[in-house]
Amino acid sequence: MQVRVRIRRYDPAQDQRPRYQEYVVDAEPEDRLLDVLNRIKWEIDGTLTFRRSCAHGVCGSDAMLINGVNRLACKVLVRDLGSTITVEPLRGFPVVKDLVVDMTGFFKAYRAVKPWLINDETPPPTERLQSPSERERFDDTTKCILCASCTTSCPSFWSNPEYIGPAAIVNAHRFIFDSRDRGAAERLDVLNSREGVWRCRTIFNCTDACPRGIEVTRAIQDVKRLLLTERV
Amino acid sequence: MYRGREGMLSWMLHRVTGVGVLLFLLMHIVDTFLVGFGPEVYNTVLAIYKTPFMRVMEVFLVAAVLYHALNGLRVILVDFWSAGTRYQQQMFWAEMVLFVVLFIPAAYFMLKPLFG
Ligand code: FES
Repeated sequence: MQVRVRIRRYDPAQDQRPRYQEYVVDAEPEDRLLDVLNRIKWEIDGTLTFRRSCAHGVCGSDAMLINGVNRLACKVLVRDLGSTITVEPLRGFPVVKDLVVDMTGFFKAYRAVKPWLINDETPPPTERLQSPSERERFDDTTKCILCASCTTSCPSFWSNPEYIGPAAIVNAHRFIFDSRDRGAAERLDVLNSREGVWRCRTIFNCTDACPRGIEVTRAIQDVKRLLLTERV
Repeated sequence: MYRGREGMLSWMLHRVTGVGVLLFLLMHIVDTFLVGFGPEVYNTVLAIYKTPFMRVMEVFLVAAVLYHALNGLRVILVDFWSAGTRYQQQMFWAEMVLFVVLFIPAAYFMLKPLFG
């Protein structure tokens, strides 16, 4: 089959403003959009710029706005996209070139929630044991690959890029609800601030967008409820 | 336009109806305040509400208040019921059904006088 791919392009060295360019390419219904983008770059137009690395939904580098929703180009199949496919860079980040966005702010927000184990107690001689139900508590939020699909699908984030965003909250949740961690208070301080969890309006775009199927809004609500019940 | 689903739609409607109700409230504060200028002024201004146009606007007001109230309940459930986030879509459609069931009779009785 043939597909028309409309790509929002922008080269700061040449373009005043972003423009759309169309490519007509042959594609199999079972091709992933990433295969199509590669075909364009390799066979038609080498100037097209996008990020990808693993090509298997693990590294999180090829999240983009595909037909109006955030998806990984390496996970979405051509047959699910129709014969005209619109591809745009993630919203809310500055565009570096074409589909590549500047994620500095995203990783700054990620680091702000201290996404590592905090525990100053003397380590036990063996592992820090955890029951299956304790592990289950944060299982969902361990799956994040930091692709930014959730954060850039969020209207609260679009209107206020200072909002820490769903991805950072998911990664805070992963440690806050880990029984081995002692850093919950530090993280909750960040999440309880002006730009923290309370900017979430439970719009659920993040949950729909997550390529790992993380119940993002649920994690955010967990944190909100913890703030309401445990600390005033 | 981002193609959001029920959650995004419900939030946008919540915003629009919220702002609409707020504007009405401001208008209402002003008209009540006018009583301070005497019964004449007050009565003339309030007569505006008796016009068919305002009747229709009031039907919109009822729709806005009703949606905002019902969706407010949904938001409360999403916030405080631990399974709320899992059923937010179903709750939205249940809310739509309730909205229609409550709004149609209200609109009927409000608009009936306009048609004799
Ligand atoms: S290329 Fe790694 S997630 Fe798509």
